[in-house]
Amino acid sequence: MQHVVIGAGPAGVVAAETLRKTQPEAVVTLIGDEPEAPYSRMAIPYLLVKQIAEQGTYLRKNPEHFRDQKIAIVQGRVASIDCKARQIALDGGNAVAYDKLLVATGSRPVSPPIEGIDLPGVTSCWTLADARRIAATAKPGARVVLMGAGFIGCIILEALAKSGAELTVVEMEGRMVPRMMNDTAGNLIKDWCESRGVKVHTSTQVTSIEKNGAALRVNLNSGSAVEADMVVSATGVKPNIEVVEGSGIKCEHGILVDRMMRTSDENVFAAGDVAQGIDFSTGDNSVQAIQPTAVDHGQLAARNMAGSQGATHRGCVNMNVLDTLGLISSSFGLWMGADGGDSAELLNRERFRYINLQFQDDVLVGATSLGLTQHVGVLRGLIQSKTRLKVWKDRLLEDPTRIMEAYLASTQAVGFNARIIK
Amino acid sequence: MLKALQLEPEKCTGCLQCEMACSYENEGVFNPSKSRIKVFTFHDEGRFAPYTCSQCSEAWCLHACPVEAIVVNEKTGSKDVIEDICVGCKVCTIACPFGTVNYNADSGKVIKCDLCGGEPACAEACPTDAITYVDADHTGLERMRAHAAQTVSKS
Repeated sequence: MQHVVIGAGPAGVVAAETLRKTQPEAVVTLIGDEPEAPYSRMAIPYLLVKQIAEQGTYLRKNPEHFRDQKIAIVQGRVASIDCKARQIALDGGNAVAYDKLLVATGSRPVSPPIEGIDLPGVTSCWTLADARRIAATAKPGARVVLMGAGFIGCIILEALAKSGAELTVVEMEGRMVPRMMNDTAGNLIKDWCESRGVKVHTSTQVTSIEKNGAALRVNLNSGSAVEADMVVSATGVKPNIEVVEGSGIKCEHGILVDRMMRTSDENVFAAGDVAQGIDFSTGDNSVQAIQPTAVDHGQLAARNMAGSQGATHRGCVNMNVLDTLGLISSSFGLWMGADGGDSAELLNRERFRYINLQFQDDVLVGATSLGLTQHVGVLRGLIQSKTRLKVWKDRLLEDPTRIMEAYLASTQAVGFNARIIK
Repeated sequence: MLKALQLEPEKCTGCLQCEMACSYENEGVFNPSKSRIKVFTFHDEGRFAPYTCSQCSEAWCLHACPVEAIVVNEKTGSKDVIEDICVGCKVCTIACPFGTVNYNADSGKVIKCDLCGGEPACAEACPTDAITYVDADHTGLERMRAHAAQTVSKS
């Protein structure tokens, strides 16, 4: 059996390891197009603040890991996939044959159509190469403009602010992290950042970037301009689906996969940021582009590539956790609410504490929190297990912070069900 | 034979000695807010429930970690956070569906139960045997694991 995995991010690496574990005799090849050992983009912010060295971002710390696992790592870029012949062509002409193929090519930053976006001094923050460039400029006193205050923008925001740079954030939407936080939470994060010396412009667009001597001038649609030594662009990412162009594999926003992570070709699977997989909450196919989903996808795809037991899943819960200059926020599932559902909310504006729960009947379907670091994962557990909360729903409507009690009372032998579950 | 913490809420009196012992053993201070085991209070039912990581075989936290900072302890089967490698990204805290991995803002790292390397201080401190360290087969762990498995895959 020849398994080929394209993409050396978390989805690809976990898939390769799962294939090795499931099929000890199979040939497993992992193809990545960056020169470094497989690493985690999620760790880049910690590299920027020098909390870790580059090795600290590596997905596997043992330098012999992939050799020990008999996973062949090939550095190269895949030019095309021939589903009929079951082989892929690498840039430069080499062909690699496969029995089962996993496409885990991830995503890449989108470049907004703005004049000056290609100027030197304007960079995205996605790869280790980007991180080195940013670290070289983001020194105390350097003027940095961050375009985009979405999830990735906010993760970098923390690192840029900690580096001592003079930071200005420009976000097109009316609040920070608009695809993860509602108005209340998004605006509290903005207040928090501003109180810590970061300038935040929401509902504002960068119209152009121009050279201004050795520096850059960032023009805003408000008519004002910001001087900058560096512009970091974090205006979103898009799946790297070009690799399947011409192969006949069906795509929408990402590569469409079924509940087994199989694409429209039975021998080709997709996982991670590039895959448009089933969303647990909506049942629809969507690109989630988050670490836990990448790992779940990778494992599931590998089990099915190895033909084990037709492993299917009910979809991944979309979720995120963010630390913005020490203010920790998280969101889960249908955080924006469900049709016909109801919600519980508790806000302490002075202490930047917030929790919002979304229910459908007596089942938790979504949640948002600010300032919550204890037992936060139980929100995922309650959503994904579709636990019927019964009397605890009313208690949560009264006090939404009692999520852990609600979970325990509904699943463990305490309280009203103590005599039911043995 | 692997051992596991057996938690029996019906025996718990809510004295919190487990939290004190855990905090002292792991953080060097008597501070229940730093404990990895927590006792939850159910006033309406007149009950208390100690709860911590079950060292589940799915190990959601371990798989979600982007930098391999959570590893299986070969001796005890616990899933341990390697503090030097943890970057503090908190993905494990949202990935654990039991809510038993927590972020510690003081250290900038996550903390979770590691069974104290095989001699859990909470079990030793518990005066009513609501927390005992016994053969893993006897803890109802399988039921919790079945519940965990159910949450992600369906065959």
